[in-house]
Amino acid sequence: MAAQISWQLATVSAIREETPTVRSFTLGLPGWQGHRPGQHVDLRLTSEDGYSVERSYSIASEPERSGEVDITVERINGGEVSPFLHEVVVPGDRLEVRGPIGGYFVWEAALGGPLLLVAGGSGVVPLMAMARHRARSAMTVPARLLFSSRTFDEIIYAEELDRLAAAGDGFEVIHTLTRQQPPGWTGFTRRIDEAMLAEALEPLGPATRAYACGPTALVEVVANGLVRLGLPPDRIRTERFGPTGT
Amino acid sequence: MDERQQRLTEMREDPAVDLVLDGSAIGGLLANLFGADVTGMPGQCASCQTVHVIGSMRVYTRGPGIVVRCPSCTEVVLRVVETPSGTMLDMRGVAALRFARR
Repeated sequence: MAAQISWQLATVSAIREETPTVRSFTLGLPGWQGHRPGQHVDLRLTSEDGYSVERSYSIASEPERSGEVDITVERINGGEVSPFLHEVVVPGDRLEVRGPIGGYFVWEAALGGPLLLVAGGSGVVPLMAMARHRARSAMTVPARLLFSSRTFDEIIYAEELDRLAAAGDGFEVIHTLTRQQPPGWTGFTRRIDEAMLAEALEPLGPATRAYACGPTALVEVVANGLVRLGLPPDRIRTERFGPTGT
Repeated sequence: MDERQQRLTEMREDPAVDLVLDGSAIGGLLANLFGADVTGMPGQCASCQTVHVIGSMRVYTRGPGIVVRCPSCTEVVLRVVETPSGTMLDMRGVAALRFARR
């Protein structure tokens, strides 16, 4: 719980495009002590004149991968850090990283389930670490990801989520596309609300542990909705990203 | 008005929502002060006596400093203000913190 953390130099070993505006970066950290799904790292960029800026990024990868972590970053127009990461950083570059940080918004297999993960946009990142960890832990306790994206092309980790849902180990994904849907779409087409939460929660039951992450407004709706649906508040954990989503 | 603009406008108009974050958003900042990650540390609110882990407290970053509020009673638990000579951590809203034994 009270872990020592200091700035380390990470080497970017791989960059992967998840969607047209979202990229994942694999950061090699030889001295990395490991992390728990849901935790984040702080990234610090320092320019030649000494000006520095820090941002927090949730760790996307599972702790079972040692010596490196993935972060997934949405490019924010006018942002100070994400455009640099997207347009300038290449494999081999070094970045200052601190972490892992977070003793509250974490889930490990030992905590058990059932598990309800609710994500808005890039809020899916820490929940993906949980889902990947769950898959590696060979857990079969039911888990559902309720995932809100604007359009089909903007669904982060789309193929991997399909694979996880097809694994037959009790993991399901429910998508909602709020702005535009492809032809033939039969899924949800509106913002997450209490009725949708009720549907997602129903087969999981009252012992569910819920994690909600994304823009503050979405997280508020989810947390309040789950409480009204009868989930004990101490089984609902939230990570608000603020209005910008990162 | 696009969706995000609309959302921002709605949030600005609703004083209750504000731009609230969770305690983990200042995890790094608090780690600088405490020398360790304290987001998992239980803290007792001086106003209502409820214990919450710091990571679950409500963080407000608009304004001259950072304000951390109790999720139960919404009273201020912590204030963080940067001054020219250092960082002031106002803890009058904390009754107690629990440090785990090592």
